[in-house]
Amino acid sequence: MARRLPAKDVVIVGLGWTGSILANELTDAGLEVLAIERGPWRNTATDYPPNAAQDELRYRIRHELFLRPEQTTFTFRNKMDETALPIRTWGAFMPPNGVGGGGVHWNAETWRFLPSDFVLRTHLTQRYGARFLPQDMTIQDWGVTYDELEPHYDAFEYLCGTCGTAGNLKGQIQDGGNPFEGSRSRPYPNPAQPQPFSHTLFAKAARELGYKPFPQPSGNMSRAYVNPLGVRLGPCTYCGFCEWFGCGNYSKASPQTTILPVLVRKPNFVARDNCEVTRINMDASGRRAKGVTFVDTSGQEWEQPAQLVILAAYTIFNVQLLMLSGIGKRYDPAKNEGVIGRNFTHQTISDVVSFFDKSKFVFNPFIASGAIGMCIDEFNGDNFDHGPHGFVGGGYMGQVQTNGRPIETTPVPPGTPRWGAKWKQAVRDNYQCALKPGTGVHGSMYSYRDVYLDLDPTYRDRFDRPLVRITMDFHDNELKQNAFLTDKFAEIFTAMGAKQVVKEYRKGPYDITKYQTTHLCGGAVMGTDPKTSALNRYLQSWDVPNLFVMGASAFPQNAGYNPTGTVAALAYWSAKAIREQYLKNPGPLVHA
Amino acid sequence: MSPLRRRDLLKGTALVLAGGTAVRASIIAGRLPWQPGTASAPQPHAGNAPGGWNFFTAAEGAAIEAIADRLIPPDANTPGGKDAGCAAFIDRQLAGPYGQREGLYTVPPFEKGAKQQGPQSALNPAELYRKGLGALDDYVHAARDGHSFATLDAAQQDEILQGLEAGKIALGAGVDAQTFFEQLLQDVQQGFFADPIYGGNRDMCAWKMIGFPGARYDYRDWVGRHNEPYPLPPVSIAGRAEWTPKSG
Amino acid sequence: MRDRALALFASAARSRPASACACALACAAVALLGCAAARAQLVPDSQDFAIIERGRYLATVADCAACHTDPATKQPFAGGQPIETPFGIVRAANITPDAQTGIGNWSDDDFDAAVRRGRMPDGGHLYPAMPYPYFARMSKDDVLAMRAYLRTVPAVYNPVKTDQLPFPLSIRAGMALWNALYFEPGEFEPDAGQSAQWNRGAYLVRGPGHCGACHTPKTFLGGDKSDRRLEGYAIQGWFAPNINGGNGGIANWSVTDIAEYLQKGHNRFAAASGPMQEVVERSGSQMTSGDVEAIATYLEQQHSEGAGGSATVVAANDPRMAAGSAIYTDLCSACHKKDGSGVAYLIPNLAGAASVAARDPTSVLRVLISGAQSAATAAEPTAPAMPAYGRQLNDAQIAAVATYVRNSWGHASTPVSAGEVGKQRKRLSAD
Repeated sequence: MARRLPAKDVVIVGLGWTGSILANELTDAGLEVLAIERGPWRNTATDYPPNAAQDELRYRIRHELFLRPEQTTFTFRNKMDETALPIRTWGAFMPPNGVGGGGVHWNAETWRFLPSDFVLRTHLTQRYGARFLPQDMTIQDWGVTYDELEPHYDAFEYLCGTCGTAGNLKGQIQDGGNPFEGSRSRPYPNPAQPQPFSHTLFAKAARELGYKPFPQPSGNMSRAYVNPLGVRLGPCTYCGFCEWFGCGNYSKASPQTTILPVLVRKPNFVARDNCEVTRINMDASGRRAKGVTFVDTSGQEWEQPAQLVILAAYTIFNVQLLMLSGIGKRYDPAKNEGVIGRNFTHQTISDVVSFFDKSKFVFNPFIASGAIGMCIDEFNGDNFDHGPHGFVGGGYMGQVQTNGRPIETTPVPPGTPRWGAKWKQAVRDNYQCALKPGTGVHGSMYSYRDVYLDLDPTYRDRFDRPLVRITMDFHDNELKQNAFLTDKFAEIFTAMGAKQVVKEYRKGPYDITKYQTTHLCGGAVMGTDPKTSALNRYLQSWDVPNLFVMGASAFPQNAGYNPTGTVAALAYWSAKAIREQYLKNPGPLVHA
Repeated sequence: MSPLRRRDLLKGTALVLAGGTAVRASIIAGRLPWQPGTASAPQPHAGNAPGGWNFFTAAEGAAIEAIADRLIPPDANTPGGKDAGCAAFIDRQLAGPYGQREGLYTVPPFEKGAKQQGPQSALNPAELYRKGLGALDDYVHAARDGHSFATLDAAQQDEILQGLEAGKIALGAGVDAQTFFEQLLQDVQQGFFADPIYGGNRDMCAWKMIGFPGARYDYRDWVGRHNEPYPLPPVSIAGRAEWTPKSG
Repeated sequence: MRDRALALFASAARSRPASACACALACAAVALLGCAAARAQLVPDSQDFAIIERGRYLATVADCAACHTDPATKQPFAGGQPIETPFGIVRAANITPDAQTGIGNWSDDDFDAAVRRGRMPDGGHLYPAMPYPYFARMSKDDVLAMRAYLRTVPAVYNPVKTDQLPFPLSIRAGMALWNALYFEPGEFEPDAGQSAQWNRGAYLVRGPGHCGACHTPKTFLGGDKSDRRLEGYAIQGWFAPNINGGNGGIANWSVTDIAEYLQKGHNRFAAASGPMQEVVERSGSQMTSGDVEAIATYLEQQHSEGAGGSATVVAANDPRMAAGSAIYTDLCSACHKKDGSGVAYLIPNLAGAASVAARDPTSVLRVLISGAQSAATAAEPTAPAMPAYGRQLNDAQIAAVATYVRNSWGHASTPVSAGEVGKQRKRLSAD
């Protein structure tokens, strides 16, 4: 029997980046906010201090900071006519768990999407004609523009202390930055990080090939920083244990190092950890959320009434809660109708591994950080003419040396046996003079009619709820894109003087065992038409106006960048709409 | 190292942490939660008794050591898999949460799917090793004149490992030879490169071999020094010899 | 739809922190005005808001709630909290206006006698765990303002047996002797040769702030060694360092550094943790900038008189220094930097933090073994924490790294033995 708790103004499901941002903005507006987090409380000194953090086996291989599949997982198949099977151990992506969410163990690569990314269908149709797009591609415009999001990108970058070099300052292209980026209203709050050896070689070679390399925008601090909330970060020490790991010295932007110290002090904020929300409760009309039900660690079920419900969980869990709560029309790929589960996407990434003369190159690959790197953006989005190439989309590419951790990063040249004396010698010979970028080619994945989420008919979680079923495969457009980008990327390593360059193209079928970023997107997308989107341009549910859904689940398709900057900008944008419009007149902010 | 064992997994809905204390749902308000003495220290399985094993039988242990020494043979500069402790690493992993797949999704049915759908075995790693090593022993015994794997010479051992890798040897007993080989290769290499606190990479030998400085955390002085070998020796989570004051 | 709008609005109004802040600011302003007004008025009207507010402020400066909060219910001033003394545990009294178990029946003179002379209404003596030897320096007006404030807090029925000391210390009459030895009555007398700011600081430090209660060395009977004022003392498993700004542990701190530490919990050298974290959070950060600066001005000019010969630096080739250096490089430098300088306002500067090279390593060992969280204040909310390395490092290793930080970057202090670490570890695990 669920026990009923006193009502709150706002209940937030999940206390990662978006939950923290919404909680901070809405408590500032005077609302009583409760955030419910499935995982445990975590913080720097107690959970991942120096010398406990640097444990490759524990964190990278055994996935300590992530959701345990035993708690819940997904099933996966490539095609609609196949039987989906459960993901028993994580591979292609790593669902976060715990306070701070993915913000604890991300690399802190903090990008903005291109202005054209937000009006993608309109833009591509205008430039190339509607028939240039594959028939089953379901990309659409977001309903929000880059210019509308710009102040919110800026807010997040200043919150995080993002380090970088502006490429477009109020419309003026700047030397040393990304000339393709949208106009930014002011420079990054911190200068770019100093770059290790291989990054400088990459930048030089890229420049010689006519590209405009620039430092990747990074949430690893180039210097000590105090953000607008008064929270301080220390300088990054390039330890090389960033992605998959928590930061031990307050130098990576995370909710813990940027927002939570201020948020927890507010008398109108409370968080519950180790509590899992199992459904959103609806009133009889089905048009209004009454609050949520959650279960604590003793198995006790609680009902938390609230005036406003914010879903701020990981992409698929937002979609799952909508499905299990009967909110919105479920997507049916056969009829191409419905919205919940529609336009699910990931990322199209690949790498190039290059081998250099060991008598001339010492790269020290362990001197690294999650987001340190030199990138080019010539082949992202629609920064180049796709006409001759027969595909759309693209990505940034860069020498982003995230680590030299030896279980993960001991490349050997092709043809080396996988074990034995020759393997051992090749590991020894190449560790210091091979390059395997942590992020290489980081391409977009656009949405398709047959890539979607629904509920699995067979497998269930520990609360006996059906697992979400992922149906996903690569389409020709993305594979062509990747082949083109990977070839361009490899040319740069050749120009750097590598004696051998190995292209690891992304190939189909989509493989759930191979890590391809945790950038799952879509499934509850934003847009202008309730027939093709679950949320309006303010991330408000079309069907349930007192429900807002944060996160990358709102992306109609994924761009060729890491999503967190855009996820956070959308959260600030949505919070502003709640504060300035919704509270004055609760109800739909957009009339369809 | 504290003998406390980390069982960082879910039982029902409760997260069980170091020392077996259940982590309970808590309310966070007013200030950042913090308690003195709280440390999320790694909790590797306690070392075995001298010469003994936690999971393996003596015969299994001998086979694993022999396998580890072929997958990573000793050479003039660096020990092989056996002396690096790879077998001890696997033994402790199998005796711990990893062996039982704790934390993973183990709900049936276990259906065979496409490779890209990921592992769907009903066997956990402990069961796979027990069956796999038993089947390997049977195979060697029958095919090689009553030998066990450990008593074969290196060339014969390599031949068998190549046979497993290529799927040319059938082990029977419900064990897929290639699956078993991939598990062995993965675990031996992980043991070689993981922090020595887990039993392998003894004396940080694998890190010394490649020049990885281990659990160091501060390269500020070095990020701008290009194309120079890094000079400091590796350090483990458990430290290095220089951490202990020399007596006298 | 409309009623929902109203409901949300109503709740927004109910809990708007911005308006709460505005209110607090207004209160502070009234308090400042109130001080001036109250001074002119010898017999305060106990219903006067300005006086009550001044009393509230002084109770914050004196941090009454630190000891007098009920540990079970968290009810401020309800008493029951165990207070560690050199002789054992006494419990803080219930000072709410409850007539039966609190001080509701006390007259103003009763209150004044207790606060400034350590005397109970029945003539008995208080233990000096109640810092009446400091409060004796307060003006009667200030004491009665506190009394006026305490009349306004909720009355809580909570019988507290304050006296739990073993015989013969349980004989409160013995305190008469103690008073004869250590208690100097008398209000604070301003020093005409010093500025008003200095005198205000002196009043706060020696009076309501009772800094010496922790920072001044004690005799075996727990009395202040009056010739060694603020020279540092081990208490509650921490070492309260020498805070004489002229030549003590904070000799290189400016007035601004001291003021920032007290108000923000952090400055370019140090972070407040342990008991001082509570002092900053409950008291220092709630004080006016003028008072904090006054305290800083006064402390900055104090000199240790009984400072003994300083320790000689432990040689770099000492095995403990060598091991300590290795541990420091591998474990500590990621935050504190190779040169110990840390990150201003975030990571303490080990070359400039007062407790590192204190003559007593208690705090250093405690922080290494158990970790420590620093103060969170409105000005500095980050509250970074030191990890607990007690599980990872053994006694000899902790002794080595403690010896190293105590003898590097210009420090020279006594080395630490593994035995001392073991003792501290035992004490901490008993906590």
